[in-house]
Amino acid sequence: MISSFFFYLFAAVTCLAGLMVVTARNPVHSVLFLILAFFNAAGLFILLQAEFLAMLLVVVYVGAVAVLFLFVVMMLDINFVELREGFQKYRTLGIVIGIILLAELFTTFFQLTSDSGALPEATGVHNTAQLGRVLYTEYVYLFQLAGLILLVAMIGAIALTLRSRPGVKRQNISTQNSRRREDTVRLAKVNSGEGAEAKEGSN
Amino acid sequence: MFYHAIVFLPLLGAIIAGIASLRQHHNIATLVSIAGVCLSLVLSCFAFVEIALGGQALTVEVARWIGSGDFQAHWTLRFDTLTAVMLIVVTGVSSCVHIYSVGYMSHDKARGRFMAYLSLFTFAMLMLVTADNLVQLFFGWEGVGVASYLLIGFWYHKESAHTAAMKAFVVNRVGDFGFALGIISIFALMGSVQFSDIFANASTYQSHVITVFGLSMPALELVSILLFIGAMGKSAQLGLHTWLPDAMEGPTPVSALIHAATMVTAGVFLVCRMSPVIEYAPLALDIITIVGALTAIFAATVGMTQFDIKRVIAYSTCSQLGYMFFAAGVSAYPAAMFHLTTHAFFKALLFLGAGSVIHALSDEQDLRNMGGIWRKVPVTYAMMWIGSLALAGFPFFAGFYSKDMILEAAYAAHSGPGMLAFWLGCAAALLTAFYSWRLLILAFHGTPRASAKVMSHVHESPNVMTLPLVPLALGAIFSGWLGYELFVGQDMAAFWGDAIFILPGHDALANAHHVPTWVKLLPIILAASGVILAVVAYIVIPSLPARIATMFAPLYRFFFNKWYFDELYDRIFVAPSVAVGQMLWQRGDKGVIDYYGPDGLSGFVKRSSGMLTKLQSGYVYHYAFAMMIGVVVLLSWYFSGFGR
Amino acid sequence: MELFTSEITLAHYLSVAAILFVLGVFGIFINRKNVITILMSIELILLSVSINLVAFSAYSADLSGQIFSLFILTVAAAEAAIGLAILVVYFRNRGSIAVEDINVMKG
Repeated sequence: MISSFFFYLFAAVTCLAGLMVVTARNPVHSVLFLILAFFNAAGLFILLQAEFLAMLLVVVYVGAVAVLFLFVVMMLDINFVELREGFQKYRTLGIVIGIILLAELFTTFFQLTSDSGALPEATGVHNTAQLGRVLYTEYVYLFQLAGLILLVAMIGAIALTLRSRPGVKRQNISTQNSRRREDTVRLAKVNSGEGAEAKEGSN
Repeated sequence: MFYHAIVFLPLLGAIIAGIASLRQHHNIATLVSIAGVCLSLVLSCFAFVEIALGGQALTVEVARWIGSGDFQAHWTLRFDTLTAVMLIVVTGVSSCVHIYSVGYMSHDKARGRFMAYLSLFTFAMLMLVTADNLVQLFFGWEGVGVASYLLIGFWYHKESAHTAAMKAFVVNRVGDFGFALGIISIFALMGSVQFSDIFANASTYQSHVITVFGLSMPALELVSILLFIGAMGKSAQLGLHTWLPDAMEGPTPVSALIHAATMVTAGVFLVCRMSPVIEYAPLALDIITIVGALTAIFAATVGMTQFDIKRVIAYSTCSQLGYMFFAAGVSAYPAAMFHLTTHAFFKALLFLGAGSVIHALSDEQDLRNMGGIWRKVPVTYAMMWIGSLALAGFPFFAGFYSKDMILEAAYAAHSGPGMLAFWLGCAAALLTAFYSWRLLILAFHGTPRASAKVMSHVHESPNVMTLPLVPLALGAIFSGWLGYELFVGQDMAAFWGDAIFILPGHDALANAHHVPTWVKLLPIILAASGVILAVVAYIVIPSLPARIATMFAPLYRFFFNKWYFDELYDRIFVAPSVAVGQMLWQRGDKGVIDYYGPDGLSGFVKRSSGMLTKLQSGYVYHYAFAMMIGVVVLLSWYFSGFGR
Repeated sequence: MELFTSEITLAHYLSVAAILFVLGVFGIFINRKNVITILMSIELILLSVSINLVAFSAYSADLSGQIFSLFILTVAAAEAAIGLAILVVYFRNRGSIAVEDINVMKG
């Protein structure tokens, strides 16, 4: 009874927030609605007794991904008014297609699961513990792989965004250490009244 | 073996000469081809004695050729009197021409090829005359057509030569189409193309009727007319004659061999060969008579006005072929064959003589630029006289016997077409004598009209060119006298045997010996007056021709322009077919086939790929959109029930 | 309130996921100007997949679904990081992140 109410609440908010993500004029609003959608999806997960994933969703998506989005949106200097032009172009066709797709999916779902019954009772063992048991045993290689994917993503993101600006002076220690006196110092006899004249390229 | 050799020696010669000339061994090529043809001539003489004089008609099998269901065509050589006569004519003239060519073509770089072609032609012609069935005859028929094409266009770098060659080939196609239709209808009618079957059964098909496009016609009439159309093409009869004068673009020996003595007479030969069929087709006989008579007079009138020495003789040939045809048309086939034989000698002689004149005058062919050279080329001059006398039909020359025989037979036929042929033939005889002497006088007498440089060059031709004229001249003098009794006289029946069939009622030839005296004398008188007219017009009063030409200007122009046949054909056939071709090319080929075919397809691919590249806009959302549509379509398909 | 008394079945969760998915896809091709919104739409789609997996996992009492959901989270995080990094570099080079300017692949 109460879980039904919460399901409809979370589901409705998730869907509305998703709609707003897509249609909001300002990308900042989009990101905020995305965060809202994630929160409600986490609620849905809790209803499904997947507490660990719910928390993960909040931590990873809201805490990291969405914030990253927000950061990037704010960082890039974009004229947001201009960005929404041309929004109408494919809207009708898109909506028609979406409705057809949804109708078809719904039909399938309610045919498929009409007799699947209710959610199984909780086993007593905590969801996180259950996940941990299989994750570190059965799926340990995939888990490691996931870690590697994150590492590669991290390196990739850094490598992509890192740039060396010309004209920035940096200390190059090995160059400094390998310097010799002969390369840098030149003794020149300077006659009075003529001034020092750089004959070769000096540093 | 002996009989095979007659036919296949020239082929062997042609092949060896062809290979040798490819390697530039022109002397070997010349020698081999001459040897082949001369050997063939010697063997032909034996064959003539054995077959024609001995009355031993026979057939020699060479190979199985075509056997398909009911259709049987064996490669068999048929030797009867008709063949034997043709053998002598073909190999005789061919040998002379081969030898003559050694001199005439001595300056040509490709003379080996020329000799190979000549031998090839001889082979094809022999194949034609020895054929035992219509298909084999057709093979020879087309073979001489090809050889004629090759030889007319021998100097293929000359534009006029190769257009003339093509014209000859194309005009002959018209006739050959009729011939092929004739062969097909004979097969459809009788179920055989074998001469022996056809001749044996011809009388039983008299009452058969063939209906084509709702038009009924007695079967034998149709067949005969179709075959005659073929003969018209090959023998340059009125209507299909236009190629013959143009064929004079070929080297003169070719004109002598192919376009005077042998190939053009193939049509006459065909009509005589098919006499057992044609005899049952009175309408076809009348048509043959009328066409022949018209050709005789037409060509004579045109020949009178021409200035190209070879064209004059070419029209003369055309005219004489007309005589042969109307002889055949009044059932005087022996007379036709007789004239064919004598004509072969004197016309080859005239052509080779003309070639000698042309040779002497540094390749000058225009009569207006000749004259006054008779002292310098006495042998040629004498030969031309003999040829002209024989052609005009002066007593005791070859033409006298044969041509008079034809005219008498035409008179004796006592039919409408026969009388027409007789009077037109008499008129043509007058004109023949006139243009022959006009040619002689213009070419040899009067003041020299050639440039001094050319005149200083004038010389008698070498022996290799004059000697071959001698046997021809002998033939032109004596062949009529020698052959008269055999061909058309007392020994006629025994001589021809079964080779020629004349229906009992058709006794023009038998009656020809009993015509009134004036009929016998008329041709001689006409010929003599023709000569006198020519002498008067071109020696006594040289201004007369021009005055007559201006007096009868329209008529003169009409004759000079060859009755406007070329122009007429240009209007009727050439221009419309060019227009049709243009239309088919522009509208049909380019407009439809190309437009919708290759061009259309490539254009369609180009356009549609252009549209497809527009699909690849580079925008990610377009691709996503397409993916979504795809997913939706797939799902809908699934839900609609087709996918299950 | 019959709505609230009825049992919440797997189909309900799948429906929510489907709605989110369609919204995400809708967001991708309805959006002309902003690559960031596209990335956010992708996040929405991934979230819908996660919901699917978790719902199936819960209703069939099998943890594999949740494990895969976990991996999807990982991939989504990595994708967001890389995508945004690319976006930043792109913006730095072109001065724009409008989708309509990104058509170098045009045929």
